[in-house]
Amino acid sequence: MTSLPARILPVFAILAAIVAIWYVGTYALNAPFQRDLDRRAGETPTTWEFIVRTMTQPKPTLPAPHQVVANVYENTFLRKPTSNRSLVYHSWVTLSATLLGFAFGTALGILIAVGIVHVTTLDRSLMPWIIASQTIPILAIAPMIIVVLAAVGITGLIPKALISTYLSFFPVAVGMVKGLRSPEAMHLDLMRTYHASRAQTFWKLRVPASVPFLFASMKVAIAASLVGAIVGELPTGAVAGIGSRLLTGSYYSQTIDIFAALVAGSMVAILLVSVVGLAGRLTEKAMGARPA
Amino acid sequence: MTDAVVAASRLGLTFQTNDGPVEALSNVDLTIGKGEFVSFIGPSGCGKTTFLRVIADLEQPTAGTIAVNGMSPEMARKARAYGYVFQAAALYPWRTIERNVALPLEIMGISAAEQRERIKRTLDLVNLTGFEKKYPWQLSGGMQQRASIARALAFDADLLLMDEPFGALDEIVRDHLNEQLLVLWARTQKTICFVTHSIPEAVYLSTKIVVMSPRPGRVTDVIESTLPKERPLDIRESPEFLAIAHRVREGLRAGHSYED
Amino acid sequence: MSGLRVSWQGALASCLALVAAFLLPIASPDAAFAAHGVSMFVAFMAIGLVWIAAIVDGSRVGPAARAAVLFLAAHGMVWLLLSEIGDRNGVARSSFFVLLAAAWLLAWRLATVLSSIRFAGRTADTMMRLLVPALFGAWILIIWEAVVRGAGIPFILLPPPSAIGARIAGSVPILAADVYQTIFKAVLTGYVLGCAAGFVVAILADRFLFLRRGLMPIGNMVSALPIIGVAPIMVMWFGFDWQSKAAVVVIMTFFPMLVNTVAGLAASGHMERDLMRTYASSYSQTLTKLRLPAAAPFIFNALKINSTLALIGAIVAEFFGTPIVGMGFRISTEIGRMNVDMVWAEIAVAALAGSVFYGVVALLERAVTFWHPSIRGG
Repeated sequence: MTSLPARILPVFAILAAIVAIWYVGTYALNAPFQRDLDRRAGETPTTWEFIVRTMTQPKPTLPAPHQVVANVYENTFLRKPTSNRSLVYHSWVTLSATLLGFAFGTALGILIAVGIVHVTTLDRSLMPWIIASQTIPILAIAPMIIVVLAAVGITGLIPKALISTYLSFFPVAVGMVKGLRSPEAMHLDLMRTYHASRAQTFWKLRVPASVPFLFASMKVAIAASLVGAIVGELPTGAVAGIGSRLLTGSYYSQTIDIFAALVAGSMVAILLVSVVGLAGRLTEKAMGARPA
Repeated sequence: MTDAVVAASRLGLTFQTNDGPVEALSNVDLTIGKGEFVSFIGPSGCGKTTFLRVIADLEQPTAGTIAVNGMSPEMARKARAYGYVFQAAALYPWRTIERNVALPLEIMGISAAEQRERIKRTLDLVNLTGFEKKYPWQLSGGMQQRASIARALAFDADLLLMDEPFGALDEIVRDHLNEQLLVLWARTQKTICFVTHSIPEAVYLSTKIVVMSPRPGRVTDVIESTLPKERPLDIRESPEFLAIAHRVREGLRAGHSYED
Repeated sequence: MSGLRVSWQGALASCLALVAAFLLPIASPDAAFAAHGVSMFVAFMAIGLVWIAAIVDGSRVGPAARAAVLFLAAHGMVWLLLSEIGDRNGVARSSFFVLLAAAWLLAWRLATVLSSIRFAGRTADTMMRLLVPALFGAWILIIWEAVVRGAGIPFILLPPPSAIGARIAGSVPILAADVYQTIFKAVLTGYVLGCAAGFVVAILADRFLFLRRGLMPIGNMVSALPIIGVAPIMVMWFGFDWQSKAAVVVIMTFFPMLVNTVAGLAASGHMERDLMRTYASSYSQTLTKLRLPAAAPFIFNALKINSTLALIGAIVAEFFGTPIVGMGFRISTEIGRMNVDMVWAEIAVAALAGSVFYGVVALLERAVTFWHPSIRGG
C-alpha cells in the first residue's frame, strides 16, 4: 500500500507541469498577434509588459489558465443562475438532457440484456448487431435527429435526451449481458439442484452477480450520455447548453468562453461519473464485497 | 431393493465433443443402500464426477436406467431429495454465511421462523456458530467448505452428494474435516456419495468404495469396508486400513489407471 | 396427438391473417391502378401463405424444410404487400399492417428454427451464426421500408431504405470524395499519431514510476470527459482543412491508448517476471520478450476503442467548419437543405467505414494474439 502523499504528489506535479506548459504555450501562440498589434499601434513594450499583454488579450489564440479560471468563476458564481451567460444555467440545461437520456438508456439497456440472456433467438439475432453498432460513429446521426424532430415540432429537451439514450444504452446492454451471464456453471448447477425456477435463478443469482457490471457500464454510459447531449446542442437552433456555448464561442472566436464551457463540461462529467462510482461502491459495500 | 437410495443398471453416458464421442460412463451397475457412505475413486476422466452429476440430474444418461429413491433423477431433484456439495464452496459472495445457508430454504418457500431455526441447527452441526454474519471472503477455505456443507444439509435431504469437496484444501485441514464429516454422518444418518481422488480419504471415510477407471469410464471394483464405525485418525496406521488401501490400489492398477 | 405442434408465432400469425381477412382490402382502392379483383386475389394469396407456413411449421417435417417454407412465405408475403402498394405511398389500410406483423412473426419463427439447428461442421455452424443476424438486419430494413411506404411517412422524416440505396448508388463520386477527405486524411493520420503518442508515453510512464503515478489518475479521469469539445479550438488553431480534424483525433485517441498500454504492461504475471529475473534479463529484454506480448490484448483493445472514437472525432469536428468536402460537412449541410436521403446515405457509408475499420483491427488482433484465451475460445 502506497501512502497518500506518494500517490497525490505525482498527480500534482504533472498538473503543475501542464499549467506551466500551458503558460509557455499561451505566450508562444499569442505573441505573433500581439507583436503585430503593437507594431500597428507603434508601441515598443518592455519584455515583461509584452508577456503580460499576451496573457490578457480579449480573444487570444490560447487563453492563459488564469483567464479561463476568471471566466469560469465570473460566470459560475457572480451571475444569477437564471442568466443566459451563467455557466450554471448552461450546465443545467445539458445536465437535464444527460440525466433523462441516461435514465432511458439504462432502462432500455437492462431490458435488452434481460431479453438477450433469456431468449435464444434474440441472443443469436440481436447481439451481433449490438456489438456491430458500437463500431459505428453513432454521433453522426445526432444532427439529423435534432433537425428531423424539429421539423415535426419536437424541440428542446427530448431530442437531446434521445441522442443520449442512444449513446448510453449500448454500454449498459453489453455490460449487463456480461453481468447476467457472469455466474459460474457451479452456481447455476447449485440452483438446478434446488429445482429453482427461472425467476428465482434470475433474482437470487443473476441480478446480484450483475451489479458490479451494471455500475461499471453505467460509468461509461453516463459519460457517453453527456457527450451525446453536448453534440445534440451543436446543430442549428440550440440556444442553451454547453454545446451551444462551444458553438457560439467558435462563431465569435471567443476562445475564453470555449475553454470555460469545456471546463464546465468536464466538471459536470467528473461530478456524474463520481456520483455513479460512489453509488456503485456503496451498493457493493452493502452487498458485502471485500473492501478494495 | 426397496431401501436402495441409488440403483443404476447398465448406465452409460456418451458426450458429443468436437473430437468425436467420448464415453464418460459405460455399463455401470451399482446399488447404494440407505445410510451408506460410498466413495468413488479413480483418476481424472473415469466418470466419477459424471456419475454423481447423473444422480443429481445435472447430466442425462444416454443408456441404461437409474433410480434415485425409486424415482427418476429428475423427479428426485424436483422433490429436493439430495444436497449437493461442489468442488469449491460456491458461496454467493454477496450473501452472509447465514443468508447463504438460507438460500435453498428461500427457494423452497420455507417460513422465516423455520429458516432461522434450521440455519442455527445446521451451522451448529458444522461448528460455524458465531460466523452467521460474516461474508464468505472473511472465512478460511475450510470454513467456507463447511458452510457449503451446512447449506446442503439445511433442507433435510436424506442424500448428500459430495464432489471432491476437500480437494482444494491442504492435507492438515482435510484430515480435520474428514473427522468432522464422520461425526456429522453418524449424527445425521444420511446417505453420502463422496467423490475423491485420495485413497486414504476414501478408505478412512467409507463403508463402500467404488473404484473406477477411464476410457471408457467404468466400475472396476466395489469394496465393502471392514473398518469399524468408530474411526479415530490413527486407524490409518492399522493393518486392516492398509489392506483395504492396497486393494483399492490393485483395483486402480487393474483398470490401467496408472498408465498414460 | 395429430402430430401438429404449432408454435406461438405460427398461431398468432394465423390469427392475424384471419383478422386481416375481415379488414380487406390491403390498400385504398385506386380505380386507375388496379382492378379490385386482382387486389383481392393478392390479399388472399398473402393470407394463404401464412396458413400454409404455419401448418408446415407445425408438422413433422425436418427443420430445414420448415425453414425453407417459412423463408419463402415470409418474404413472399412482403413482396406481395409491397407490390400492392406500388409507388402509391400512404395508401395502406389496417390489414396491410396486420399482414406485415404476421409476416414478421413468420420471420421470427424462422430465426427460432434456424437458431435451434445444430450443425456438426464448423463452417456450417459459422454460416448459421451469420445467417440469423443477417435475417434480423434484413427485417429491420423490410419493416422500415414497408411501414414508411405503407403509412406514407413524410420523406423528410424518414426516407425508405430503397431511396437511400438509390441515393448511394447515384452519388458515388461525392461519397468517395467525402470518405477520402474525412477517413483517409483526417482519421487515419490522427489515429496513427494519437495511438503512437499514447504508446510512447505509456512506455515512458512504465519506466518512471513517478510519471505513471501522476499520469494514470489524470488519464483515467480524462476518459470520462467530453474531449470532443476541443474541436472548435482545434479548428481555430489548425484551420478548416483536415489537419484540425486530425488534431482532434490525436487528442481523443491518446488517452485510451495510454491507459490501456500501461494496464497491459502490468498484466504479466509475477512468476513470469521472476523467471526473466532468474535469467538476469535486461529491462528491454523483459519488455520485448514478455511484457509487450502480454500487453498485446490490452493494446488491441485500445486500438479497437480508438477506431470508433477517431471516426466520431473527425465527423463531429467537421460540424465546426470545413472546406466543402467531408462526411461531417455533408451531413450538416445536407440536413440544412432537408436532403434527408443524402444524410442517411452518408451515415450508411460512415457505418460501413466504421465497421470495416474495426474489422481490420480485429482481424489483426486475431493474427497477433492468437494465443489469448478470448481468441482461442472462439
